[in-house]
Amino acid sequence: MELSVKILRYNPEKDSKPYFQEYKVPGVAEDWRLLDVLHEIKWKLDGTLTFRRSCAHGVCGSDGIRVNGKNRLACSILLKDLNYKKTIIIEPLPAMPIIKDLVVDMTSFFQKYEVIKPYLITKTPPPPDAERFQSNEDAEKLFESAKCILCGCCTTSCPSTWTNDNYIGPAALLKTYRFVFDTRDEAPDERLDIIDNPDGIWRCHTIFNCIETCPKEINITWHISQLKTRLATREF
Amino acid sequence: MIKTYDVVIIGAGGAGLRAAVEIPKEYSCAVISKVFPPRSHTGTAQGGVCAALGNMEEDSWENHAFDTVKGSDYLGDQDAIEVMCQDAVRAIIELEHMGMPFSRNEDGKIAQRKFGGHTKPADPADPYGKRIPVMRACYSADRTGHVMLQTLYENCIKNQVSFFSEYFVTQLLVENGVCSGVVAMDISTGEIHTFHAKAVVFATGGYGRAFQITSNAHVGTGDGTNLVYRAGLPLEDMEFFQFHPTGLWRLGILVSEAARGEGGILKNKDGERFMQKYAPTVMDLAPRDMVSRAIITEIREGKGIRGSDGTDYVLLDVSHLGKKVIDEKLPEITGFARTYLGVEPTKEPIPIQPTAHYAMGGIPTDIDGRVFANEKGDIIKGFYAAGECACVSVHGGNRLGTNSLLDIIIFGRRSGKAVAEFIKTADYSPLPENTEEQTRKEIEALKTSTGKESILNIRTELQVMMMNKCGVFRNEKELKEGIEELKQLKERYKNISIQDKGNIFNTDLMEAIELGNLLDSAEATLYSAENRQESRGAHTREDYTNRDDENWMKHTFITKANGSEPKITYKPVVITRYKPMERKY
Repeated sequence: MELSVKILRYNPEKDSKPYFQEYKVPGVAEDWRLLDVLHEIKWKLDGTLTFRRSCAHGVCGSDGIRVNGKNRLACSILLKDLNYKKTIIIEPLPAMPIIKDLVVDMTSFFQKYEVIKPYLITKTPPPPDAERFQSNEDAEKLFESAKCILCGCCTTSCPSTWTNDNYIGPAALLKTYRFVFDTRDEAPDERLDIIDNPDGIWRCHTIFNCIETCPKEINITWHISQLKTRLATREF
Repeated sequence: MIKTYDVVIIGAGGAGLRAAVEIPKEYSCAVISKVFPPRSHTGTAQGGVCAALGNMEEDSWENHAFDTVKGSDYLGDQDAIEVMCQDAVRAIIELEHMGMPFSRNEDGKIAQRKFGGHTKPADPADPYGKRIPVMRACYSADRTGHVMLQTLYENCIKNQVSFFSEYFVTQLLVENGVCSGVVAMDISTGEIHTFHAKAVVFATGGYGRAFQITSNAHVGTGDGTNLVYRAGLPLEDMEFFQFHPTGLWRLGILVSEAARGEGGILKNKDGERFMQKYAPTVMDLAPRDMVSRAIITEIREGKGIRGSDGTDYVLLDVSHLGKKVIDEKLPEITGFARTYLGVEPTKEPIPIQPTAHYAMGGIPTDIDGRVFANEKGDIIKGFYAAGECACVSVHGGNRLGTNSLLDIIIFGRRSGKAVAEFIKTADYSPLPENTEEQTRKEIEALKTSTGKESILNIRTELQVMMMNKCGVFRNEKELKEGIEELKQLKERYKNISIQDKGNIFNTDLMEAIELGNLLDSAEATLYSAENRQESRGAHTREDYTNRDDENWMKHTFITKANGSEPKITYKPVVITRYKPMERKY
């Protein structure tokens, strides 16, 4: 079948502003990934179309894009999951500067991730020849948050991000959870202090966009609410 | 523009990041990667990383070493294998201390499960007698590589490592046995930079994208191995390329061996558990080369199932494990089956077929990552390699599942330590003249070419040829045909043109350069495969069906010779305590 796709194009070397270009892509099937469609265009119709991708099965987090107004991974969405009989609208992830076509500048996204000290902090030395103890129950409390692939779909789907560049965003908050609730970590307060401000966790207004968009189906808002509870009840 | 760093590491997967963690803060260290570090292919590893922790049952590093030697079909260097398996326990504990979240057992220790080819003697008093599967693979659900990569990236952030993400390395600067740095393109601007360094570490991964069906990410284009090959340096054992038996049908996406480690069963179209015939003791948990051969044999005997794309598959059944085990221990891979094939693994079997997965061969190194200039063991000063791009050789003819994640943390660390020692006394070697000239010329030539050949056609033909003629089963006739086809593809490659002529984020240009890298990686693989007249590990010759220790117990070293056929020499296999014997499971 033939698919109609409109893609937001922008090449700063040539264009003064972004514009939509329509492609008619023949020979596609409904079990194709949207990434397959992008490749079909790039490899057969227009070599200048620019996007990121790598693993092509939803693990590396490279190909976050906006599809019919929702943030998605191009490799994790099949045509049959879209209304493919109508023109599909593809744009770069919002709220980040466009470098070219669907490639956005993720500098600020990674800066916010680094701010929360995304690494285990301990003061007590670990046992010299053995792992630290952690019950499987406690380990599994981290697994959902540790699934995060840093694709940026959540943070850029959040209206609080759209209206405030300084908002730390759901991805960084999810990473905060991953360490604050790690029974091995000894600096939860340090991290809670970092997010305890108006541009930190309190700018999350439980809008749930992050959950709806997360390609790994992480219940991000629940994790943020756990942090909020922890903050509201912590004793100094 | 010239940037100067004590150490430059190329590649931000597990090996590169683990090496970076070892560089003391008083030295400058740059990690260059063509993708953001957490996008690296290490993140797609699923099932586990082996170490004889003995957390679930008794085990020893010697058991692990024996399995690795036997799994390698006795081509692995036993001194390196002993180093890896002995150090594995410490390395896993260290990862846990770094913060890696592991699944745990009832005692709160790191949980372990069974994996292909990992065994222990049924009777401890008879170490070379019957062997049974052992729980040795440490894991984090089926996202072990993902959390390992994240943990190493997190530790690099803690150590304030300088990252050059989305920089693409185009030249290795080696002259007279001395490495002085690399040339790289900043993808986002197209600017060319020279990185002048005292030491360079290649951790650039594999080249599975040379094959039609592969588990490898699009970035797996053999960039590092090709730069070494093009510099006139040898590559080792390139004929040994692993096909993972259980790739998702049609797509090649990895379905971890953990599925079988947890009790999953392979079945043919008659519902027969066919591994009983091929490996009566360990069955579905036989090493990957054997299981891949068994699947192709079943398919050739008409016991596969014909898919809508015209290819045949067999079935991996995990449905009897129950929803709880599947959801807790195999959530990711069963999710792939649901998303991409619409198959519900709790109720029905998953269609699978072998998928090109891992390069056992690569850049020859010693156990501290130092790159060999030749089979005699001379070293390139200031040049190191680790991970899939390297060949130590711990995997020999066939890598055991989980040993790749182990390889990257053991030899990534050892390379980092060797570099840290080297830069204490080393000085900057002078750069060759006009370092960036070659890259600029090549890029200009690609952008101005009006040739009629397309990247897509040449790449697709290469991938189909490699799959058909240099796949699970090989023979002289087809390998020779493959070599001829490759020569033609390389000629045609000279006439490719690209549509994107710009400087900013030119992925059209990158794909063209990557295709050149794939062609050279394929060349080294085809010639090495044609040359080795025996069957060993993943290299299965229909015309030489037996392993031939008398003539072929040796490593292949292949070197590009300008304008003529590549040159092949050999290096002896290091044997310490494990005498070669027949490989049965």
